[in-house]
Amino acid sequence: MSIQIRNVSKNFGTFQALKDINLDIPDGKLVALLGPSGSGKTTLLRVIAGLESADEGAILFDGADLTNVHVKNREVGFVFQHYALFKHMTVSENIAFGLKVRKRRDRPSASAIKEKVTELLNLVKLEGFANRYPSQLSGGQRQRVALARALAVKPRILLLDEPFGALDAKVRKELRRWLRKLHDEVHITSVFVTHDQEEALDVADQIVVMNEGKIEQQGSPDEVYDHPASPFVYDFLGNVNLFRGRLNHGKLNVGSAQLEAPEHLNVSDTEAVGYVRPHHLSIDRLQQADDAIPAIVKFSHSVGPLVYIEMKLQDSEEYVEAEISKEKFTELNLKIGEVVFVRPKEVRIFVPEDFVI
Amino acid sequence: MEPSLSKPMERQPVRKRKSSKESKGVKIALISIAILYLSLLLFVPLIAIFIKAFEKGVDVYLAAITESDALSAIKLTLLVAVIVVPLNTIFGIAAAWLVTKFHFKGKQLLLSIIELPFAVSPVIAGLVFVLLFSPRGVLGLWMVEYGIKIIFSVPGIIIATIFVTLPFVARELIPVMQEQGTSEEEAAVSLGANGWQMFIRVTLPNIKWGLMYGMILCNARAIGEFGAVSVVSGHIRGLTNTLPLHVEILYNEYQFSASFAVASLMSIMAIITLVIKSIIEWKTEKQEV
Repeated sequence: MSIQIRNVSKNFGTFQALKDINLDIPDGKLVALLGPSGSGKTTLLRVIAGLESADEGAILFDGADLTNVHVKNREVGFVFQHYALFKHMTVSENIAFGLKVRKRRDRPSASAIKEKVTELLNLVKLEGFANRYPSQLSGGQRQRVALARALAVKPRILLLDEPFGALDAKVRKELRRWLRKLHDEVHITSVFVTHDQEEALDVADQIVVMNEGKIEQQGSPDEVYDHPASPFVYDFLGNVNLFRGRLNHGKLNVGSAQLEAPEHLNVSDTEAVGYVRPHHLSIDRLQQADDAIPAIVKFSHSVGPLVYIEMKLQDSEEYVEAEISKEKFTELNLKIGEVVFVRPKEVRIFVPEDFVI
Repeated sequence: MEPSLSKPMERQPVRKRKSSKESKGVKIALISIAILYLSLLLFVPLIAIFIKAFEKGVDVYLAAITESDALSAIKLTLLVAVIVVPLNTIFGIAAAWLVTKFHFKGKQLLLSIIELPFAVSPVIAGLVFVLLFSPRGVLGLWMVEYGIKIIFSVPGIIIATIFVTLPFVARELIPVMQEQGTSEEEAAVSLGANGWQMFIRVTLPNIKWGLMYGMILCNARAIGEFGAVSVVSGHIRGLTNTLPLHVEILYNEYQFSASFAVASLMSIMAIITLVIKSIIEWKTEKQEV
């Protein structure tokens, strides 16, 4: 089931949560809505589910307009951030709920419901937990019950609101991999909301980056990470270094260094900022080319196999961070206070007309 | 099955506070004051009621509570409770639902209005209804025309009692429902439940203890209400006398033993209510852990 979102806007009082959103979610894909808090991602998810109504615009499933269809008739599975399991029901009663509340003629027989519950418990790897109450389960187990409960009604689409947000780092990683595997088995169009870029990059087929009620960029994880469409996406998806300078006919002058900016050949003498990922910065002792920028080593710390080196640019007060391998670090044998040259292997230059830092 | 998981996770009780700084002497002094205070103001009067009630023997006691005016007072009191408690329960649930699940302007005002009966003296409340419904009142002429009698009759007693006991259920439910949030309800609806199924299967089980607690308090007050009912009832024996009014009448007629016998009956009702309330509190606490 594909989802089409057309010109959707939503206000809460004077706060504009969604501003004219247009989005197509293809059939059978796992899509992440990624953004900081207040970006409108959860509101958009709730509008798709029908838990929130759009002030303007339309929601379509496979081209059929569902804007005015009540949530209970939309056949969506919704998984809540804090699970929202029914506390007074056992795991199996929770899972069976959606089937038991059906009208008599649509309701499966008691034995069919029981069979379905067993099947789902197997799917979410919680065999033997059928008679537990939610309070007797761990966070990860609860979330799997919530997922099984949502899947029990055979929803046309699955919507997950920060599904792993309340879990600790290790469980979160396990569970999201498991969700990915589950999605590959079940193939249901799924949308999940997250503020964790790593989670989105790890799991999703497609990422929709949102900010201040608008879609900043959408694409595959690689597209979004490697070719950010805006300074916001650059900043939000991973760390980034900023090199401020003056842009003149395809060259960005940062202090004494010159960075190539072939996409800005027609620009003459304006302020601009070059965006460089920490792992795209190389460190050398000697100035090998025009684009090597002198910097002073201030601090270094290692995280696992990687070393982060913090440096201050010699010609300005700005700090940059490079990410290099431990081997390279040992080879360089850097000392605090030493002057080195950093070279961006890849740089993306944005002219500040279209943004403000 | 993982055996290590077979035990439910136990949360640490928050109230545990072993290292209290007060010395033993202070503790004993405080406890003694509390017990003395309670004894003087609660236990002694309660026991006095029963002693006084049985002063002239069991026969007088039984006669006092089986006499026809007493029986009709008991009947009327129970009738009032049976009508008032369900009505205020429905109102309480509706009000709590409105206040906790929706955002709207004037919410604070509504909350204040719900609490109004607690702030107004019951006698004043009774007088308001007299001013409204008595033959010389605002709606009086119209009601005389249609032959509706509210003041000095059972409907007036019921209306006054509803007014006085209105806040109990709503007040108990609002904090409970605020804490619950709306996500379980949303989950139920997204799974295809209609409004009624959502309420019966999800909301009600979550609020049942708070609801019962509110209903018990409402019931206790409905049975015991004196001021407002006294103003609107007209004290017609056998017709508009509730138990508290009956106690007063007997007392004013110097029938002390009979008066205390009926009072003891009400005390027994109160004690039963307290026991039920304690059981509910104990159960809620157990559920929360």
